[in-house]
Amino acid sequence: MRPSEPTRRGVSLATREALWALAFLAIPLAFFLFIRIWPAFQALWLSLFNWHADPSQRPFVGLEHYHQMLDDRLLLKALQNTLAYTLLGVPLQLLLGLCIALLLNAVTRFREVFRAIYFAPYVTPAAAIAWVFSWMLSPNFGIVNEILGVFGIPPQPFLTSPSQALVTVTMVVVWQNLGFQVVLFLAGLQNIPRDYYEAARIDGASNWQLFRHITLPLLNPVMVFSAVIGTIGFLQLFTQVVNLNFTDQGGPLGSTLTLALYIYQQAFARFDLGYAAAITVLLFVIILAITLVQLRLLSRRVEY
Amino acid sequence: MRKALVILIVLLGAALAQGQVTITYWQYDFRSKVEAVNELIKKFEAANPGIKVQHQTFPFDAYQQKVASSIPAGQGPDVVNLFYGWLPTWVKAGYLQPMPAEYIKVLDSEFSSLAQAAKVGGKLYGMPTAVRSLALFYNRDLLNAAGFKNPPKTWDEFLSMAAKLTIKDGNRFTQLGYAMAPDGQDHHLVREVLIRQFGGRPYSDDGRRVLYGDAAGLRAFTFYTDWLKKYNVGTLGNQFFPGNNAYRDAFIAGKVGMIIDGSFAIGTIRSGAKFNWGVAELPVEKIGARKVNYGSFWMHGLTPLATGPKQAASLKFLEFLVSEETQRYWLEKVGELPARKSLIKDPKLTLDKVFGPFVLSLAYAKATPFVDEIGQRKVMTDAINRVLLENKDPAESWRMAVAEEQKLLDAFWK
Repeated sequence: MRPSEPTRRGVSLATREALWALAFLAIPLAFFLFIRIWPAFQALWLSLFNWHADPSQRPFVGLEHYHQMLDDRLLLKALQNTLAYTLLGVPLQLLLGLCIALLLNAVTRFREVFRAIYFAPYVTPAAAIAWVFSWMLSPNFGIVNEILGVFGIPPQPFLTSPSQALVTVTMVVVWQNLGFQVVLFLAGLQNIPRDYYEAARIDGASNWQLFRHITLPLLNPVMVFSAVIGTIGFLQLFTQVVNLNFTDQGGPLGSTLTLALYIYQQAFARFDLGYAAAITVLLFVIILAITLVQLRLLSRRVEY
Repeated sequence: MRKALVILIVLLGAALAQGQVTITYWQYDFRSKVEAVNELIKKFEAANPGIKVQHQTFPFDAYQQKVASSIPAGQGPDVVNLFYGWLPTWVKAGYLQPMPAEYIKVLDSEFSSLAQAAKVGGKLYGMPTAVRSLALFYNRDLLNAAGFKNPPKTWDEFLSMAAKLTIKDGNRFTQLGYAMAPDGQDHHLVREVLIRQFGGRPYSDDGRRVLYGDAAGLRAFTFYTDWLKKYNVGTLGNQFFPGNNAYRDAFIAGKVGMIIDGSFAIGTIRSGAKFNWGVAELPVEKIGARKVNYGSFWMHGLTPLATGPKQAASLKFLEFLVSEETQRYWLEKVGELPARKSLIKDPKLTLDKVFGPFVLSLAYAKATPFVDEIGQRKVMTDAINRVLLENKDPAESWRMAVAEEQKLLDAFWK
């Protein structure tokens, strides 16, 4: 502590600032504890009981719901689908986002217009998007098949086919998230000091070398953030799946079912909130594990 | 502080002296029903000055979620509107209280036999205002243009008409004879109509055993999937047309000859279809053969929140909602068929060109005893889709369905 600082009532400025900071931090902390963390623990607690509207009539079943999961074919399907969505969607989203951001970074005119256009889908309600896409992707009357027809490709069933539906949903979600990815990457690109490129050019580096040894490593923090957020997003995929096939949600033949949708159905169509809570715990563990692994792998210090 | 307390006590005293009770009614958001209930509440409150009814609605896809989370928190409805197929799930999870025993007699003697599905384990959990059944909607203009004067009476006629009405341009359909909709109403058609018409039974009397695994069941199932595989009725409604109720939307757009749909679709079709259309009872195997139909209903029940004076007031409101007077009004305003036997016999209804076929069907309609509506619907939809979309052998797919559904029933009744 610096003795020259003016003090009031024996408390130094630095201490007072720290106290104020703590006071302000306490508000969001309380919010997180009571609105986020506490319900999470309640879910864990709930998963040990059979649900009943009256709390005094909820029998304790211990780990029975977790045991039930082992024999749940649909849960397995939802788990496989969710992983497929993530493995397909996240890399695609990152790659396309990066490519478009690089292109946008290269143009100087109308950049804001382009950015607004790419960002628009991100702020459009998912239900509206699902509705429009179900029209565009319609096997018989949709514009997409119309275009494919021009190239002599026979009409595709897309959302109505068990083998194509998951990939189709992924594409729609990637398209919707792309604007967000682009904005993130663009911000990252613009934070890279010009001097690095100039210095490298003087040393005779090629465009590929500039990208490989300057752009990519310096974008690493953005990529980690994007990958983690994107993964969590795909692991929690729900709204698009529900709306793209409204009368057979998760269909056809369970091919688009996600964990989040399955949890929702268990909780609010079967009123089995205990089992739903148990699957929520499973989803939480999966997200935690994958995120930790990603943070470890992707945020390794890169040599450049 | 003390002043506030005094005011509070005075207010409370005044409310008690007046015997004022406020109850809450919940239903999902459907315009004509919301308007009808608002009107009914005005009438009810005028006749019962001591009772106030609060009416709240929620979007259909958020409705059960709201119920599931509100009632345990003590915040939800006293009287609640629900689909009969949800009933066992709600009862098991404690969201409904049984009605006093005297209502059972009223239901047994005065209501359509479909309403029996409002009972679980011998106890009654609510009553319906209206009921619905299935019928064949047909596009009279398309039928006439193809040389047919009348709608089909037998499945043979149905199939030959459907084949003739199906038109293809290259590898795309431009018109369908029949828009198949396994996830629309066709899963009911197979389960409750075709299986019984072919001499089988879907479930045991106590609803605990799947019986459709026999020869009659398989014949009914294969017959349905053959509509697409063998008889050229067209394709699946959702492969033909976009949207959430593709088969109905395509019919309204004038591109489909026939669909099978519920009486609840009358309003939408009436306001949307810009051509001559008609309604006929479902086809049968041959003239004079057994008629069957699927009937269903939305009911009103009391939640555990309705206690003390609220319980009495809630029962009064429920009685009013299912009264003859309300049912008559409901038919005019919402267009749904009354649940009371006395009103269904009304010749004005049975002779009505649109309502008639539905009303006549009610006499022989049965309601599926769902214990897990979403799960059981999926079993049937998947069984059909495995054959239509994945070319699986019908017998194999049917065997899987029997096993899956039996597992759901066992899980509920264990």
